[in-house]
Amino acid sequence: MATAFAPTKLTATVPLHGSQENRLLLPIRLAPPSSSFLGSTRSLTVNSLRRLNHSNATRRSPVVAVQEVVKEKQSANNSLLITKEEGLELYEDMILGRSFEDMCAQMYYRGKMFGFVHLYNGQEAVSTGFIKLLTKSDSVVSTYRDHVHALSKGVSARAVMSELFGKVTGCCRGQGGSMHMFSKEHNMLGGFAFIGEGIPVATGAAFSSKYRREVLKQDCEDVTVAFFGDGTCNNGQFYECLNMAALYKLPIIFVVENNLWAIGMSHLRATSDPEIWKKGPAFGMPGVHVDGMDVLKVREVAKEAVTRARRGEGPTLVECETYRFRGHSLADPDELRDAAEKAKYAARDPIAALKKYLIENKLVKEAELKSIEKKIDELVEEAVEFADASPQPGRSQLLENVFADPKGFGIGPDGRYRCEDPKFTEGTAQV
Amino acid sequence: MSAILLQGAGAGAATALSPFNSIDPNKLVVPSRSSLSVRSKRYIVAGSDSKSFGSSLIVRRSEPLIPNAVAAKADTAASSTSSKPGHELLLFEALQEGLEEEMDRDPHVCVMGEDVGHYGGSYKVTKGLADKFGDLRVLDTPICENAFTGMGIGAAMTGLRPVIEGMNMGFLLLAFNQISNNCGMLHYTSGGQFTIPVVIRGPGGVGRQLGAEHSQRLESYFQSIPGIQMVACSTPYNAKGLMKAAIRSENPVILFEHVLLYNLKESIPDEEYICNLEEAEMVRPGEHITILTYSRMRYHVMQAAKTLVNKGYDPEVIDIRSLKPFDLYTIGNSVKKTHRVLIVEECMRTGGIGASLTAAINENFHDYLDAPVMCLSSQDVPTPYAGTLEEWTVVQPAQIVTAVEQLCQ
Repeated sequence: MATAFAPTKLTATVPLHGSQENRLLLPIRLAPPSSSFLGSTRSLTVNSLRRLNHSNATRRSPVVAVQEVVKEKQSANNSLLITKEEGLELYEDMILGRSFEDMCAQMYYRGKMFGFVHLYNGQEAVSTGFIKLLTKSDSVVSTYRDHVHALSKGVSARAVMSELFGKVTGCCRGQGGSMHMFSKEHNMLGGFAFIGEGIPVATGAAFSSKYRREVLKQDCEDVTVAFFGDGTCNNGQFYECLNMAALYKLPIIFVVENNLWAIGMSHLRATSDPEIWKKGPAFGMPGVHVDGMDVLKVREVAKEAVTRARRGEGPTLVECETYRFRGHSLADPDELRDAAEKAKYAARDPIAALKKYLIENKLVKEAELKSIEKKIDELVEEAVEFADASPQPGRSQLLENVFADPKGFGIGPDGRYRCEDPKFTEGTAQV
Repeated sequence: MSAILLQGAGAGAATALSPFNSIDPNKLVVPSRSSLSVRSKRYIVAGSDSKSFGSSLIVRRSEPLIPNAVAAKADTAASSTSSKPGHELLLFEALQEGLEEEMDRDPHVCVMGEDVGHYGGSYKVTKGLADKFGDLRVLDTPICENAFTGMGIGAAMTGLRPVIEGMNMGFLLLAFNQISNNCGMLHYTSGGQFTIPVVIRGPGGVGRQLGAEHSQRLESYFQSIPGIQMVACSTPYNAKGLMKAAIRSENPVILFEHVLLYNLKESIPDEEYICNLEEAEMVRPGEHITILTYSRMRYHVMQAAKTLVNKGYDPEVIDIRSLKPFDLYTIGNSVKKTHRVLIVEECMRTGGIGASLTAAINENFHDYLDAPVMCLSSQDVPTPYAGTLEEWTVVQPAQIVTAVEQLCQ
């Protein structure tokens, strides 16, 4: 009764598709050279890396690059990957993400928001691809590049914009800011400024889910999706959590948004083995690499990973090759990245790609897409107006929410709890 | 000063004990101090414009008040209050009892840490709990403090109440990122949306020749983190009481235990009780000097007190228990009575709890002091292995006696 985990059971790795034997016979496939996974560092190419990591190349991992899977699926079923409704939903979400971030840039340069603001332009396919498959009670954990994750998860544009403006009506009452988007209602667990520190929190949320199922005997199928970047994959917290998630078979999906750059540090200059998806099998979970500029491919992988987690089969590591069209933050002059590289990825704009797919497959008409764009424009404008009109936090808000139980401020010299001091609610009490 | 008037009015107020969270008031006894008047714990959050406090406070007796017999006994450790015999146990067993009772009471309470499950805890605080509650509720983690502390925080945000054990408090240095950024701050940065009701506990302090890294006092490093509370237990009675209170608190609480105090034996009540997290404990009332201390140094102080009493001094000894925030009421009342303060702590000299306490006392009670506040702390030295050297880094009873004599001249 006591031993819920038998050590022997934990050593088997679960392949993403199919049986393990088949996977062992297939070679490790990388993305085809035309997609230039390795970005702009001129001296390193796919082949030279394979030579460098020769010993790793002989290891068989139970996964396959997803382009092949998607092609197989398409040719097998001879049908489309999405319905019209789904297509419109995905398109709207990505347009919302893009328009919102563009508006953020405008507002920042007009002096409406301050500090560090990190925009998500170009990476929309990852957020939309994953989060649109989740329910309201599933959790999402992100980093400082979290506006679009919050929007995809369901937090209103008004609440996010107000938070960026530092107003009371913001999702965190103006106390969090750009890098700390939280929403209890939508289970958006942040928003973290230091890279990697959200991953253990996500692991905890997944642990909660498993605990509810197995200890509290509740009906809980909630999964957690943790988003983070390529730079984070060199951080200890990442590996510690990969280990625990696989060990305890937690319902979590680790999504690496590999946009090749950590501020000005190229992923290739910082990482001994840049193929992050390979690190999954080292911990006993499937590692998948997917083209993060294609929302449909991301969605296919996400479906599989989320279903795995819901079934109780444990975590998955998904590496999405993506790119940010803007600098690291609005303060970043973005001079280090090659213009050719930027142009190459701009040509693979996920929104344009989805639009092309929808129209070529006759799922929607151009006019329907235009009306969505117009609707989102209005929504974002309205969000700005709302944020502008909202009040700034008053002094009284200063000391609230430091403690869930304000008795934590202690007992003052006069014998009363400090939070009993009338000045406490005015925000001027001595604490 | 108007502060004095308020003090007097507050002291006259009739008292009530407000029920904590979801506690059944009939089952609960919250001890309070007897020598000092008990004040209202029911707080008024809305602005109050009444200038007099005493009788205008609404009084509601929700459970019987039992005065704390701690103050009545001169030299013995804090003991139970009821007339029933109680049961005797060691400090680590008291912690275990408190933890087990809370786990029985609320299925959301869980434990995580290294070797807490099958091994029973390296200091046996979680012994037997994994057999009773299962491997998921008493989780054996791999050695990754930063990640499992963060995991506990994430679990707390999503509805569980984890008790995270650091096998030695020093190991929590590896979890500093999570404790500072997430544990302390997330309630605020999320605008109050997420609560983090974790308890982070473990043994710290200087042991018997454990070497520098295993002898650290982390309370000084954590004290600036906003949003957390810190308490230190020193007797089986307050260990169990503080453990239970910390688990029930909606705030993140760091509970500091001491490696050398786990085998202290005491008789504690059979009935359920908790200790107030924000209150200090009167160990020995006196008139000549206030000695403020916590954790293991309490015993060095009490040993010195025996010598002092023989020499004709009457020290008042207070175990501050709440390291953050300080109970300035108990401390203040004592200072106003004795006018002399000696702080005896195990923290380092620089930036320790004593340093903060000295500042707080000087700021708030300057007018009442007849002598400068003296603080005896450990030397700013990495704790050496050699027994003799180790002894000289921490405060010994003889030094306390000398300091009191010096202050009381």
